Amino acid sequence: MSIELKRVIKQSGADTHIYETDLKFEAGGFNMLLGTTLSGKTTLLRLMAGLERPTRGEVWFNGQDVTGIPVQKRNVSMVYQQFINYPNMTVYENIASPLRVVRASASQIKEKVGQVAELMRLTPMLGRMPNELSGGQQQRTALARALVKSADLVLLDEPLANLDYKLREELREELPKLFQGTDATVVYATTEPMEALLLGGHTATLSEGRVTQYGPTADLYHAPRELITAQVFSDPPINTSRISKRGGRFYLSESVSWPVPERIAGLADGDYTLGFRPHHINLHPVGEQAIEVEGRVMITEISGSESVVHVQVAESTWVSLSHGIHLYQVGDMARLYLQTNRCFYFDSDLRRIET
Amino acid sequence: MKHVKWLPPTLYILFLLLPIYWLVTMSFKTTNEILGGFSLWPQEFTLRNYVTIFTDRSWYVGYLNSITYVTINTLISVTVALPAAYAFSRYRFLGDKHLFFWLLTNRMAPPAVFALPFFQLYSAVGLFDTPIAVALAHALFNVPLAVWILEGFMSGVPKELDETAFVDGYSFWRFFIKIFLPTIAAGIGVAMFFCFMFSWVELLLAKTLTSVDAKPIAAIMTKTASTSGYELGLLAAAGTLTIIPGAFVIWFVRNNIAKGFALGRV
Repeated sequence: MSIELKRVIKQSGADTHIYETDLKFEAGGFNMLLGTTLSGKTTLLRLMAGLERPTRGEVWFNGQDVTGIPVQKRNVSMVYQQFINYPNMTVYENIASPLRVVRASASQIKEKVGQVAELMRLTPMLGRMPNELSGGQQQRTALARALVKSADLVLLDEPLANLDYKLREELREELPKLFQGTDATVVYATTEPMEALLLGGHTATLSEGRVTQYGPTADLYHAPRELITAQVFSDPPINTSRISKRGGRFYLSESVSWPVPERIAGLADGDYTLGFRPHHINLHPVGEQAIEVEGRVMITEISGSESVVHVQVAESTWVSLSHGIHLYQVGDMARLYLQTNRCFYFDSDLRRIET
Repeated sequence: MKHVKWLPPTLYILFLLLPIYWLVTMSFKTTNEILGGFSLWPQEFTLRNYVTIFTDRSWYVGYLNSITYVTINTLISVTVALPAAYAFSRYRFLGDKHLFFWLLTNRMAPPAVFALPFFQLYSAVGLFDTPIAVALAHALFNVPLAVWILEGFMSGVPKELDETAFVDGYSFWRFFIKIFLPTIAAGIGVAMFFCFMFSWVELLLAKTLTSVDAKPIAAIMTKTASTSGYELGLLAAAGTLTIIPGAFVIWFVRNNIAKGFALGRV
């Protein structure tokens, strides 16, 4: 089922939670809502579900206005970050509950619950109460309940955030498969850029109640239209710096400059903003267009075989991510190599300069 | 020091239980023995005091009256408090915090303040000397208390549970009865216990609002002397019986009682 938000605004008192938003998700797609905490992801989900009414604007399902239709009649399902199950019912009854509400026949309930429980590997747990399960099993139960009713719209609000690492990876792999071949439109909210990239599909980036960009996930990552989108879609955060263009070169400082790429050669001279991801500035040269920059080390973090070094270059603080273990003392001067062919350039409105 | 670890709690319990022990032993003594001198346990063990209470209508009717109005009160208080507590726990509305606090202030005035207006009002509308009069009067204190306790327990249940149920297709009332109430069953138990307790021990209003037909046991117990002189054994037996329902109810909510004192916020 396709879902469309038309000029939706959500205010609560004097606060605006969602600024005017137009967004359309096609039927059967896997859609990510990516944004930091309080960026409005949950509010958007709640508006789609019908748990909240937009202050202005309309919500359309399959070309029909459903703005005033209560959540009970929308055939949606929702899974939260907290593991929400009915504590007074067994796992079986939990999964069966959406079917009981619509008065499905006993044999149908038995069959469907059996199927979904098998899929979610909950069959041995069916007789237990939710609080006797591990976190992972509790969330599987919640997912099973969302799955069993064959909802048109499945809303997942950071469903893996409270799981530990292993379980998260496991479920993350299973999730897209669960909805494959169904008509269900899945909307998945997350704070982690990695999760969006791994789950694929389409992504809408959110920042402070605004959708900054929507499109295929890879496009958003490789071609953000605005700096804010690149910032939301980068972890560790994207590095930025003021640069100026004179003649055919970009200048970070008097001593550090590099030629303007051909695709934007027609750019007027002036001040611009440079943006690049931490793994595009390294402690050793990568690629042919790497230029040398000196920076003062502020923090070094070693995670396994990768080094994350925070450096101060001119007035900016950058994060560099390199393979291998590189130890620096605080205050050391480090030589870094910036891959200029991977840089984004933004104009004074912080829009990315395209060809 | 290690070997005297048991000493403080033992002493504590001893001091706590001493009056109760004294009451219970008294109830098995004859009045003569009680007045006659000091004895640690009954020299002439007797059950006559209890027999009198269970057979003499003027005594046992007191228990029936008390149990009647306490039950009515508990049911009214919790039934009324449930939707109120849900509203306070789940919705924000104009002045909700002030209203919520105001509820508790009802407990701050001594019952004596309300005795006179209640007496006058109930007499005027013909409720005087009925169990329902006492039950309603006690609701003045117990409804706010129950709202506070239940609100605490309800706020411990994530709002997402309600929403999940609505998303699953549950109507509000179906969700409330089939899922929400069982989820906060412990809280309901604790709220009922507190209503029971306050209604059971309250004497002033219960005594003021009744005369003959609905007289509570506590009021009957205040008649220390009768035509046959002091009946201390009988009073002790009545006192012992009065403790039993309380102890019984505490047994049921013992695991959640601390939460009740913290108004559900533990």
